[in-house]
Amino acid sequence: MKALARRRSVSDRIFDFCNIVFMLFLAAVTLYPFLNMLAVSLNDAMDASKGGIFLMPRIFTWYNYEYTLREAAIFHSMLISFLRTTLGTLVAVFCSAMVAYTVSRQEYVLRKWVALAFILTMYFNGGLIPTYLLYKELHLLNSFWVYIIPGIISAFNVIIIRSFIEGIPEGIIESAKIDGAGDFTTFMRIVLPLCTPVLATVSLFVAVWQWNSWFDVFLYNSSNINLSTLQYELMKILQSSSGSMTQKTVGDVFSNTGGQALNQVTPTSIRATMTIIASLPIIMVYPFLQKYFVKGMTLGGVKE
Amino acid sequence: MARKSWLGKLAEQRTLLLMSVPFVLWLLVFRYIPVWGWSIAFQQFRPGTSPFDQEWVGFRNFKFLFQDENFYQVMRNTLAMSLINLVLGFVTAIVLAILLNELRSVVFKRTVQTISYLPHFISWVVASSIIVTALSTESSGIINLILMKLGIIQEPILWLAEGKYFWGILGISEVWKNLGWNTIIYLTAITTIDPAQYEAAEIDGANRLQRILYVTLPGLKSVIVILLIMNLGNILESGFEPQYLLGNGLTAEYSENLDLFVLKYGIAMGNFSLATAAGVFKTVISIILLFGANHIAKRLGQPRLF
Repeated sequence: MKALARRRSVSDRIFDFCNIVFMLFLAAVTLYPFLNMLAVSLNDAMDASKGGIFLMPRIFTWYNYEYTLREAAIFHSMLISFLRTTLGTLVAVFCSAMVAYTVSRQEYVLRKWVALAFILTMYFNGGLIPTYLLYKELHLLNSFWVYIIPGIISAFNVIIIRSFIEGIPEGIIESAKIDGAGDFTTFMRIVLPLCTPVLATVSLFVAVWQWNSWFDVFLYNSSNINLSTLQYELMKILQSSSGSMTQKTVGDVFSNTGGQALNQVTPTSIRATMTIIASLPIIMVYPFLQKYFVKGMTLGGVKE
Repeated sequence: MARKSWLGKLAEQRTLLLMSVPFVLWLLVFRYIPVWGWSIAFQQFRPGTSPFDQEWVGFRNFKFLFQDENFYQVMRNTLAMSLINLVLGFVTAIVLAILLNELRSVVFKRTVQTISYLPHFISWVVASSIIVTALSTESSGIINLILMKLGIIQEPILWLAEGKYFWGILGISEVWKNLGWNTIIYLTAITTIDPAQYEAAEIDGANRLQRILYVTLPGLKSVIVILLIMNLGNILESGFEPQYLLGNGLTAEYSENLDLFVLKYGIAMGNFSLATAAGVFKTVISIILLFGANHIAKRLGQPRLF
C-alpha cells in the first residue's frame, strides 16, 4: 500500500513539475510583449533602435510620452476615447437595464413581443453596406453620436440583466408597488440598486468594447480628425509602418519635424508608446475587476 | 372582478410601455431596417437615388459574384482561416483547461488564469502592434531573434510580407489573444463533474492520464458539442480586424476574406450591390449551417443550442 502511494507520487510529481513549467512559459509568452513595449516606450528612441531592449529600458526617458501627448491630434483623440467610453457605457447600461426590467415583469402584456424583437436580432444583422447607407441617411456619418446611438442596447446584455432581475424576490418589488411606487420609481429606486453586481459586469464589457473600437471611426468618421479615437490613431501608425514594410516616417500623423539631436523619436518608439497608452486603462483596471469580467462570461454561458 | 380588456391592461401599464416601446422603435430602425437593406443585393443600386427608384436586377449580382474568380479565393481564405482558428482554438483551450484543473495550488492557478485572460481585453489594434513588433526583422523582433539563436533560420524572415505564413500567424495570434478566455467555459464545466467519479476511477487504479481521458474529457463532451455547433454556424465569420490590421498588399492573396471583400467592393469601390450580395450570401449560409448543425445534434441525441 505504501509502495503504491509512493510510486504514484513520483510520476505525479513529474507531471506536476512539467505542468508548472508549462504554465510559467504560458504566463511569460502572454506578458512579455507588454513588458517589452513598456521598456521600449520608456527608452531613448535612438538607443532603442540599436536593439537589445527586452524587459528593462537601458536609457530611461519620458520623452516618448511627452512627445506623443504634446501632439494635439493624439491628445484630442484620447479625450474622444474617454468621452465615448463613459457616455456610451452609461447610456447603454441604463437603457439595457430599463428594457430588461420591462421584459421581466410577468404582468406586462407586451412582454413576449418585446423580448422576441430583441432576441431575434441575435441571429442576423443587416451587414456592413445597408448599415452604412442607413447611417448616412440618418446623418450619423461625421458625427460623435455614431459611437453612442447604434450601440445603446444589445440583446445579450438585456438577457443577462433580465435573468438577474428575475432572481430578485418578487416580494421586494410587490411591496414597493403596494407602497404606491409606479414602475419607473420601482425600477430606479429598488431594482437598479439591487442589480449592482450585474450592472458592474455589463458596464465593464461595454466600456472595454467602447474603448477598443476603431472600426466605426474608420468607417464613419475617418474624414474628421476631431472625432478620431486613440485606437484609430494607433491603427494609422500601424498601417503606415507595417504596410510598406519599411521604416517610413509617420509624417501624416506627426507633423513635427523631429526634435533636438538627442531627443528624437522613431516610428518604433512612437508605436510602442501609443500601444501602451491605448492599453493602459484596461491593464490598470483589469486585475481589480477580473472577477466581474469572468462573471459576465459565466452569466452568459448559463443562458446559452 | 371582471377581467380587464387587453387594451385596458395596456393603458394601465403605460409606464412599462413608455419604458420599452421607444427602444423597440430604436431596434426597428437600427437592427431591422438594415435587413430590409438586403434588397440592394437584388438591385443595381445607385447612391443618391431614392430607394424606391432603384432598378431591380434579380440575381444578377449573385451570378456576377459566383463568376468572380476573386470570390473563390476569398471563400478559400475565409474557410481556411475559420477552420484553422476553430481547430487550434478548440484543442488548445481544452488542453489548457484540463492542465489548469490539474494544478494543485489554487493561488498559482488563479494567477495563471488572470494573466492568460488579459490579452482578450485589449483591442486588435494593440494586439496587432504587439504582433508586428514580435515578428519584425529589426532587433526588436523576438521571434526572428530566437529562431536565429536556435539556428533554425539563418536570416530574419519578413513574416508579414509573405502570404504563405499568413494563416499560421493569424491562427497563433488568435490563440495568443483568446486562449485563456476560451478556457473559462471548460473550467466551469469541469467543476460540475461529480468528484465521486474521480474517486471511483482512482480505486479502479486509473492513473492521472487515464482519469483525464476517461472522466474529465467525457464530462466536457456536451459543452464541446454545443460550442462546436455555435462555431459551425460562424464558419464564415473568420474574423475581420486581425486580417485587416495584419494583412497588406503582399499577403492579400491569403488574407482577404469575405468581410474584407465586402469592405473593398462596398466602401472602397462603391459597388454597394455586389458587396451586399456577398454579405447576404454569408448570412444565409450561416443561418443554414446553424440550423443544420443544431438538427444533427438533435438527431444524435446531443445537447442543442435551441
